[in-house]
Amino acid sequence: MRMRNLVPILYILFLMLPIYWLVAMSFKTTNEILSGFSLFPQTWTFENYIAIFTDPTWYWGYINSIIYVTLNTVISVSVALPAAYAFSRYSFVGDKHLFFWLLTNRMAPAAVFALPFFQLYSAVGLFDTHLAVALAHCLFNVPLAVWILEGFMSGVPKELDETAYVDGYSFPRFFMTIFLPAIKSGVGVAAFFCFMFSWVEMLLSKTLTAVEAKPIAAVMTRTASSAGYELGLLAAAGTLTIIPGAIVIYFVRNYIAKGFALGRV
Amino acid sequence: MSLQLKNVSKRVGSITHVKETTLSLEPGHFNVLLGETGSGKTSLIKLMAGLDSLATGEIIINGKDVSSLSAQKRNISLVHQFFVNYPHMTVFDNIASPLKIAGVAKSEIADRVAEAAKLMKLDPYLQRNPHELSGGQQQRCALARAIVKESDAVFLDEPLANLDYKLREELRDQLPELFAGRGAVVVYATSEPEEALLLGGRTALMTDGNVVQFGPTAEIYRQPKDLDAAKVFSNPPINTAEVSKQGNEVILNDQTRWTLSGAAAGLSDGIYTLAIRPHHVMPVETAHNTVRLEGHVQVTELSGSESSAHFDMDGQSWVSLSPGVHPYFVGEVHTFYLDPNHCFFFAPSGELVA
Repeated sequence: MRMRNLVPILYILFLMLPIYWLVAMSFKTTNEILSGFSLFPQTWTFENYIAIFTDPTWYWGYINSIIYVTLNTVISVSVALPAAYAFSRYSFVGDKHLFFWLLTNRMAPAAVFALPFFQLYSAVGLFDTHLAVALAHCLFNVPLAVWILEGFMSGVPKELDETAYVDGYSFPRFFMTIFLPAIKSGVGVAAFFCFMFSWVEMLLSKTLTAVEAKPIAAVMTRTASSAGYELGLLAAAGTLTIIPGAIVIYFVRNYIAKGFALGRV
Repeated sequence: MSLQLKNVSKRVGSITHVKETTLSLEPGHFNVLLGETGSGKTSLIKLMAGLDSLATGEIIINGKDVSSLSAQKRNISLVHQFFVNYPHMTVFDNIASPLKIAGVAKSEIADRVAEAAKLMKLDPYLQRNPHELSGGQQQRCALARAIVKESDAVFLDEPLANLDYKLREELRDQLPELFAGRGAVVVYATSEPEEALLLGGRTALMTDGNVVQFGPTAEIYRQPKDLDAAKVFSNPPINTAEVSKQGNEVILNDQTRWTLSGAAAGLSDGIYTLAIRPHHVMPVETAHNTVRLEGHVQVTELSGSESSAHFDMDGQSWVSLSPGVHPYFVGEVHTFYLDPNHCFFFAPSGELVA
């Protein structure tokens, strides 16, 4: 019994160690971090967090990130819904090829697209806006959302559509009041993955912004003072970056399991 | 009210799902579509319901051409083989949904839903979600939704196929009274000949997307137009054999020959296909079952009050279905007796001649 518990416990400890270290660091002073090994903060300090929440450069980094991530999630899911419906309900010329091609889009590294996006957005005046980053992230997130949603939609029998039409539902009304509630866990899973990918993506968000829409990841790398990097401050910023993802995961944890069961996540 | 199909057909690519069909369906009785899985029953229902577009022909409901109208505008109801309800709505909202869409007043909705729910014995469950109900109750909910609105036509696509035996019988007994006096054209698709006979009314026999015969159920059971129709309307499958007619006699094989009477006696000499339903082939001799056959018993089944035996007779596989329990031994040669007054004779072209 004890041996059986040992392995998962060790595994979880191993996984949690870096996170613990980050959180512990965020409550230490930079001097303590540099002075040597300590398992717990010797002198607890909230200075790092206070610094972040009082300095607009810091907290605007978070706000900018949340704005473009939310914008991206909304755009990706609302664009993917009709596309996924078409893939799941109709057969049209080249549908299978198109579906596969959507996926291959995800395989291209973001760096490939950084330069064309930068040039294009500069030319049309989108550079350094939240919309620029949100649109750029659609390149990866729309195919992903289509892929996930198509799986959930195909799980809903076509007879449901037919029953609704016979009952007199128009297509938009059926889609909004019957179909969407029937696949709401799919929408949750798709939104979650769009959120996470957009939240952790750094390269495009850094390239496409300068001041107005600077994401938190960019703020963090530019925080070096004359005394070197402020490690405590960076650790606090890192800890705060984990929180939104953790909150979203908490809300969709049951749906994710369903997504795995469908084999689409 | 009436529902008419004129030369209706459906093709997908190069495959014909429904061949040109002309039918005139009336209210007041069940219109049964009888055919095996894949014979085009569901395709035909989808065409009538406006869920699929026609390749040719027109559909007329109450004298109005609805061929180009969508399902929403046809004022019809549909119940599927699978239990389809709106998963996130309560039973009440499920039944009420066609009325809400039609803009019926709230108080009237409540009354009509209550009435339909009572008929379908769903009144204790109105506030539950469909997935909290048993399969039978889920299908009752779908049926209640189909009767709550005053449709011109109600399509029931094998509504009992996914229910267990007991529930199926119970619901089947209830169906005719459910639609009696409603004035809607009721179309009921099934793959079971017994259901067609029990529900009566008129039956259309379907094979390969083709309506081979349409008429009063009992009549077409007794007088199948051709061999295809006879095959559709028999379960277990109808027994067939090639026979030759010479003078007054029909010759089935070396041992079996009998003297013809009635219409068959007037046939000209030649080769015919004989068909006889399994329950007219008995393991014992009776006043009616007089013609003796011999066959190797291959499979036997005992289903409650009936015994069936599949036997091989000169390479032809036949079935005997008889009431009571009969001792068969697989592999033995058993004697059966057929009823010469219940034989159908078909010409080589397939049509019924006697």
